[in-house]
Amino acid sequence: MAELVIEQLTKSFDGIEVLKELSLHIQEDEFVAVLGPSGSGKSTLFHLIGGLYEPDEGTIALGGDKINGQKGSVSYMPQSPSLLPWRSILDNVLLGAELAGRKDKEAALEMMDKAGLSGYERAYPHQLSGGMKQRAAFIRSLLSPQPLILLDEPFSALDEFTRSEMQKWLLDIWQSNKRSILFVTHNIEEALFLADRILVLSEKPAQVVAEFQVEFTRPRAEGITLTEEFLQYKKDIYKVLKKGTGV
Amino acid sequence: MIIVKKGWRPVLVLILLLIIWQVLVPLLDIPAWLLPTPEQIGLEVINSWPNYSGHLAATIRLSILGLIIGSSVGLGVAMVLHLVPKLRETFYPLLILSQNIPIIVLAPLLVIWFGFGVVPKLIIIILVCFFPITIAALDGFRQTTSELLHYMKMAGADRRQIFWKLEWPHAMPSIFSGLKIAATYSVMGAVISEWLGAQEGIGVYMTLASSSFRTTQVFVAIFLIMCLSMVFFAAIVLLEKRFIRWNANGGGDSNG
Repeated sequence: MAELVIEQLTKSFDGIEVLKELSLHIQEDEFVAVLGPSGSGKSTLFHLIGGLYEPDEGTIALGGDKINGQKGSVSYMPQSPSLLPWRSILDNVLLGAELAGRKDKEAALEMMDKAGLSGYERAYPHQLSGGMKQRAAFIRSLLSPQPLILLDEPFSALDEFTRSEMQKWLLDIWQSNKRSILFVTHNIEEALFLADRILVLSEKPAQVVAEFQVEFTRPRAEGITLTEEFLQYKKDIYKVLKKGTGV
Repeated sequence: MIIVKKGWRPVLVLILLLIIWQVLVPLLDIPAWLLPTPEQIGLEVINSWPNYSGHLAATIRLSILGLIIGSSVGLGVAMVLHLVPKLRETFYPLLILSQNIPIIVLAPLLVIWFGFGVVPKLIIIILVCFFPITIAALDGFRQTTSELLHYMKMAGADRRQIFWKLEWPHAMPSIFSGLKIAATYSVMGAVISEWLGAQEGIGVYMTLASSSFRTTQVFVAIFLIMCLSMVFFAAIVLLEKRFIRWNANGGGDSNG
């Protein structure tokens, strides 16, 4: 079971409230994007789910089990690919599973093949392009046994062209390897193109101020970004974001 | 090939210096017991091989043994200090203090305590070897890229996994830098320890030669020490090349 339920989460650092009574949920195999102004406590939210810190109040439950302060319950893909430079791509891709104690080399090779990384099994990260590194990093989190994947602005460091390629690729591979995904971004179009549901966070202390159900059918074609409907969503979200940040 | 391309300048300078030396000594009428010519030293190196080969072997054995023990101690100390921050805070300053004691003044004490056997000699080599390795390894562990550390934590790695899968391999290039310094120091440490009193070794050969004003042999000893240090250094470089392939282009870059 991969249902994530967060209730009344509060966390402050040095007396500054970063999250206040934040609640959200993600259903099994749902793709949820979190949009928020920078410095809105998105990374704190991730650190809490990842178990790096204990929340001051509230609960985080995954599949019905409380995972407050428990490391290793979710799989994670950071902003930079964070591949270990001394490991071959194959060994890097296996790292997440290795940490959890179950390696499946066959599955890894198959997944690398699907991701267009076959032939690079023995290569080192510095030999790969930015997009390829990110693909390797995403496969690493897919191959980890955890049912929920946290994606922390994974494409923000890529150029526009590679970024849209990567978004399509991500949807493709997710379509055939469904997982629950929590995706943090500050790019409205990216959130609209990828997610089933979008949560908008307020400024500190962060709360969910709005929720948008994105009704585009899957599999999604690139063309939807040019439709009237897409623009309307974009306007609505922009309005909420503007209000939420008080700009 | 690269060595041939880049190495010719220093080699040329070296040859030039030797030629100047060779020409000046007879020109200025310097007696051989004061300063022999490179030619005389070269001949001595070739001719007295049977005299010093035993000494050379003894020094090589001593240096290698000392280097291995010293490096292990150095790595062990670094690991303990890294994994227990309280210990690091306590012992790091003491570690630096320990390096302020000149080995040469410590040596007689060690002889008083441990006699003329192999133990005080090894202790001297260990003392000069462990420090560069400990410092290098500690720095290597601590400079682990924060992004990678963050990923490992988020992915649920425990302290052990973080050390062996992240910090240890990350520190490898630093550790090898420390090893290179330690390898050259180990020869120096061995020679110093042999001065104190030993049956054989380059240090012994050198003391015997200098006390009887056989200056040429003193130069032979210096030449041997230099060669030995260089060979040790080269061996570590080879090992490094063998082990650290991922760093080949000089960039263990954090974005990996």
